[in-house]
Amino acid sequence: MDNLVKITIDGITVEVATGTSILNAARQIGGDIVPPAMCYYSKLEGSGGKCRTCIVKVSKGSEKDPRPMPKLVASCRTTVMDGMEVQNITSPEVLEARNGVVEMLLINHPLDCPVCDQAGECDLQNLSYEHGLQKTRYEFERRTFERIDIGEKIQLHMNRCILCYRCVFVADQITNKRVHGILNRGDHSEISTYIQAVVENDFSGNVIDVCPVGALTDRTFRFKNRVWFTKPVDAHRNCDHEKCDGKVTLWYKGADVLRVTARKDQFGEVESFICNTCRFDKKATSDWTIEQPTYISDTSVIASNHYETFMPLPVIKENLALQEANKVELEKTVKF
Amino acid sequence: MSRKLLLEHINVPGINTLEVYRQKGGYRAVEKAIKTLTPDEVVEEVKKSGLRGRGGAGFPTGMKWSFLAKPEGVARYLVCNADESEPGTFKDRYLMTNIPHALIEGMIVSSFALGANTSYIYVRGEMMPQIRILEKAIAEAKAAGFLGKNILGSGYDLELYVQPGGGAYICGEETALLESLEGKRGNPRIKPPFPAIAGLYGCPTVVNNVESIAAVVPIINDGGDEYAKIGIGRSTGTKLISASGNLVKPGVYEIELGLPVEEFIYSDEYCGGIANGKRLKATVAGGSSVPILPANLSLKYANGEPRLMSYESLAEGGFATGTMLGSGGFIAFDEDQCIVRNTWNFARFYHHESCGQCSPCREGTGWLEKVLHRLEYGHGKMSDIDLLVDVAKKIEGNTICPLGDAAAWPVASAIKHFRDEFEWHVKEPRKSQDGNYGIANYAVPIEKVVVAEV
Repeated sequence: MDNLVKITIDGITVEVATGTSILNAARQIGGDIVPPAMCYYSKLEGSGGKCRTCIVKVSKGSEKDPRPMPKLVASCRTTVMDGMEVQNITSPEVLEARNGVVEMLLINHPLDCPVCDQAGECDLQNLSYEHGLQKTRYEFERRTFERIDIGEKIQLHMNRCILCYRCVFVADQITNKRVHGILNRGDHSEISTYIQAVVENDFSGNVIDVCPVGALTDRTFRFKNRVWFTKPVDAHRNCDHEKCDGKVTLWYKGADVLRVTARKDQFGEVESFICNTCRFDKKATSDWTIEQPTYISDTSVIASNHYETFMPLPVIKENLALQEANKVELEKTVKF
Repeated sequence: MSRKLLLEHINVPGINTLEVYRQKGGYRAVEKAIKTLTPDEVVEEVKKSGLRGRGGAGFPTGMKWSFLAKPEGVARYLVCNADESEPGTFKDRYLMTNIPHALIEGMIVSSFALGANTSYIYVRGEMMPQIRILEKAIAEAKAAGFLGKNILGSGYDLELYVQPGGGAYICGEETALLESLEGKRGNPRIKPPFPAIAGLYGCPTVVNNVESIAAVVPIINDGGDEYAKIGIGRSTGTKLISASGNLVKPGVYEIELGLPVEEFIYSDEYCGGIANGKRLKATVAGGSSVPILPANLSLKYANGEPRLMSYESLAEGGFATGTMLGSGGFIAFDEDQCIVRNTWNFARFYHHESCGQCSPCREGTGWLEKVLHRLEYGHGKMSDIDLLVDVAKKIEGNTICPLGDAAAWPVASAIKHFRDEFEWHVKEPRKSQDGNYGIANYAVPIEKVVVAEV
């Protein structure tokens, strides 16, 4: 096979296409061995390599050149070679380095999760639960910025930003005009619009979805509710914007739609980018065709009071009489 | 007197003009290369010479050139990295100010070897006088027919441009330099792909230091084998050293690699010893990024043999007792200098110059700077010293570009060798503000270890 290469990650071998990154190969395997990624976004070209949380150890370069790589590499930007052997969670060196990176990400982060809208679906929160220290070793004042409203619908809270550049890539690649970017250098660099210009175009709302932390938040949802009290359902509408397919997740509280986001996959990436009309203006159930409850992973805090698809017990599956008795419930699994 | 190749005619009046430079044998290399050699033969000569990159990493130049991808129909570029901003290094500025034609000549020969028809010299933005000098020199060379269309009737075309830099240390990193040259924000690219495959505007590119390119001229004039005879071992040729600090005669010196460090500091031909009759406390051998060494380890190896100025000899002993030649920015500290303050100063520089792209460097350099500031001003704690070591370790090797390593090494090595001085700053905060720790035992010669015969 020419276009398939073999790669072993933490002892699990998988065959992937040439040119795949180590991270994407690991995602094909799935489970615990997938390195966390804060800045990489598979739908954005050129993203990745910056946050360094996805670093792994390459213990064998390839079949032809079995030397290990001298440094830990960013798995999102390193392509696989045939016969490559990678250690992620089996290497203490990687885990220690990753703990270091998480600590670095957190030293200037305000840790204001109790008042942050992203809490509950925040990549940094999940990462620091897994890799962070109990207390900080940083005893200095954290860098702070003023909150700024970039337009009617989006608020930028720079204190929380981890400078992943995802929103810059979205503005570059998804929208027709980029008016924001990185100003300054080093730890005083910030995402900003030049002289408080407004980010305003059809797809600008997607920066909220790609932001891994609570730096870019939806002003129509700010402080409305905690995400784990809302109930997500998949829905769609016929959107007349040519680039938007209208497939979204609605977040309900009672009978009200509190917010609309794009659908996210298991790695927190959106399936398709949605337009601002769908996101900000269509907040009535009558605007949408409801499909089903959104699948939420058990490990997420949002799943804590989430209704799932009815799963019939194994005993019911085998017994026809029981199936007949539970007919109404079983129909729900099909129809909902 | 050791041999001078680059600075041979430095004191000739008017050497910065084409006329005088020609009288002293200038542009012979261009004539020889373009008229009698093929590009591959030039690369072969440079390979034979064993020339190693003079910008800091010491990668063999000929090897780097042979890695350049040569797809059909795609332009190739040569970029000269004159974004010299490392604290303690000022050799390239000296060379460009005084003998600009040495660089222009080297650029023509190197571009010919690589098949580049457009080449750039990316000069640090603060060096405005040097930019004007280079532009004047390029105009002179063009008028004399060494640049432009159909050089010396050979059919080879070359345009040479000078680009003022964006004003950041990070733009001296080769991929950040290319980004900056393209007109973007100077952030280092994530490698691979390396510039030899996809560099400037996505085309194969070679980025070389000023001194490496200038050194190509004597290599072509005398032949690679002749050049390889100078120096010691795999460190061939001559190297410009920018000596600064508490020396009697600081300045730019051209040395043959393999010169003992002791001779470089104390002989009258070079630095002439430590100023004001003081004693040497520590040296930084290759610019601010390399590990700092106490006086005893600077002059001798841990086993008592003399240390030489060469890539291998300075690195002898690894990170435990060695350092690196780096870009040749030699800084000497006398007994009155405070190592903690100096380390803080370096950390402040790297904090200021970190590009902010990857997290360990962006956050870690600031953290190092703040802790060192606290230590220097007498507010430190004993645990801060171990904290510094740990933070430096978490930055090192986990970043996109080598700036993270460069920020971590001076701190880690200063604590390794001068830990008692750091501890003194914690234990005696008041005294550390008024006086300094002094030389302690940092200059006590290391006894030569005699291996007992069994």
